[in-house]
Amino acid sequence: MQKMALIVSAAMLLALPPIGGLADDSPRAGMADPLGSPRWENLRRAFFGDAEVVFDDRVKVNAPAVADEPLNVPVAVDASALTGVEEVLVLVDFNPIVRALRFEPGEARASLAFRLKLNESTPIRAAVRTADGVWHLGGARVTTSGGACTQPSAGSGASDWQQDLNQVGSRLWQRPDGSLRLRLRIVHPMDTGLAKGIPVFYIETLEITAGDGRSLMRIEPAEPVAENPVFTLDIPPGLSVDSPLRIAGRDNNGNLIHAETMP
Amino acid sequence: MKRLPMPTSGLLRLMLLMLLTPFSFAGAADFDYRLESRRIADGVYVLIGRTEDFSPDNGGNVVNSGFLVGAQGVVVIDTGPSRRYGEQMRAAIARITPLPVVLTINSHKHPDHFLGNQAFPPETLAALPETIRAIEVQAPAFIERMYKLNGAWMGATELAAPRRALAPGRLEAGGRELELIALDGHTESDLVVLDRATGTLFAADLVFNGRAPTTPHANLKHWLASLDRLEQQSFTQVVPGHGPVAPDAAPIRETRRYLHWLDQTLREGAEQGLDMSEMLAQPVPDTFSGLALSSQEYRRSVTRLYPEAERIALDMRR
Ligand SMILES: [Zn+2]
Repeated sequence: MQKMALIVSAAMLLALPPIGGLADDSPRAGMADPLGSPRWENLRRAFFGDAEVVFDDRVKVNAPAVADEPLNVPVAVDASALTGVEEVLVLVDFNPIVRALRFEPGEARASLAFRLKLNESTPIRAAVRTADGVWHLGGARVTTSGGACTQPSAGSGASDWQQDLNQVGSRLWQRPDGSLRLRLRIVHPMDTGLAKGIPVFYIETLEITAGDGRSLMRIEPAEPVAENPVFTLDIPPGLSVDSPLRIAGRDNNGNLIHAETMP
Repeated sequence: MKRLPMPTSGLLRLMLLMLLTPFSFAGAADFDYRLESRRIADGVYVLIGRTEDFSPDNGGNVVNSGFLVGAQGVVVIDTGPSRRYGEQMRAAIARITPLPVVLTINSHKHPDHFLGNQAFPPETLAALPETIRAIEVQAPAFIERMYKLNGAWMGATELAAPRRALAPGRLEAGGRELELIALDGHTESDLVVLDRATGTLFAADLVFNGRAPTTPHANLKHWLASLDRLEQQSFTQVVPGHGPVAPDAAPIRETRRYLHWLDQTLREGAEQGLDMSEMLAQPVPDTFSGLALSSQEYRRSVTRLYPEAERIALDMRR
């Protein structure tokens, strides 16, 4: 048993990325998982099949190294250094539900911040598919006491949350660099279905569109997204947004989400 | 087989050492907190913990407790993080006086203040009513977490809930005149005890000294109001929940200054549309560099308290 653990640790240490910047800005390609996760090969087969996968330092996943609140772990994914981002898949190696969220950036920046429930210490990965079909992967490792996926939401235990279900709070800010920031919070229990007696209940889709119908971002949260989810996204400068933004979505029970926010 | 080059085999040896170390730690520990009762006034004793996070190294002894020796008996204020701590505290008291413990106060619901209760007579265990209710509901989760954080030091620690409900105001116990001051803000119910004879103020976790305040169940507005109230109180010395005893209100002001900054930082961040991960990336100002664990506590506070600031900034009812 100890010998096996030793071999695994050795593999993890040897697989660490080199210290210091790279001489050029080309992606660091290769099949060895920089996060040294024993789940990686399974995940690769399950989510990417035969598609080309590269580990790419330009995909940033910002998450706390130690998360004291496993029910609410902040994660910020930034793939804006890549061009032609079509979709981003967020995977949590050691959660019972691995797939945590998916988004299509549309005309917004290819970055999104949100919060997850973690069941134990785990790598968190963002897999970014560019127009050429290649998946670019970045990630971070989070240590936590965990247990968050099998806990009921606070909402499901409260008696009066239904009247506020799917209520949206949203607000826009002008950023110093000329971009527009949208923050979005939705009242929803986001129950994983893994807590005893509490059925799965989560938001499936959120579409954020400009007044003229252009898609700014499509977000597909999954069960591991934290209760009362909060999303932060940025709309690049130069994209004229003078009519209200529309936010529309629904949860897995068919309840609709709808809101507008003024620039 | 090819011989491994030196650096790699050195690395392997190091890793082997790392794998074995946890076992040798557990073997070496004698689970003795080495508690020392320090006399800070006539009949007033404190046991001062380290200003650290819980760990298997300190066994959870990162908290202050105290006791008052009266003519007829002993009043205990908080019982520490584990059954072992409670037993060793009881032994420390017995080294000072043969008098019986007549009142054992739990200042608030946090586990480092009541998990030593098993060592004290059950009928003496007392707290404010909201604290009793909170301990009854939340203790199982607290205990599980304390076992994870402090390891084998916690052995045989179980809940011994306080049953006697205290009311604010004057109370005579064991021959000591106490003033019980019911406040809140660190938790939903925080009990401050003033020993009237010596003017010693046991401020519970409303006051930290030289260590950043912890906020897992904090209401910052209420906490700041409680500190205002405490500063009005006359006293000769203050025993904080964590950190050294002080002869004046300096730790009250220090705790207030930090909490005020924290409250403002959270509100401004949410008003400016910052994401939680951006909040976490901000450094704690140098002015708080004297507080132990300030960057850790700042990060914990952001994860726990920022959602509420966001709710308000987004003008939401729930
Ligand atoms: Zn406390």
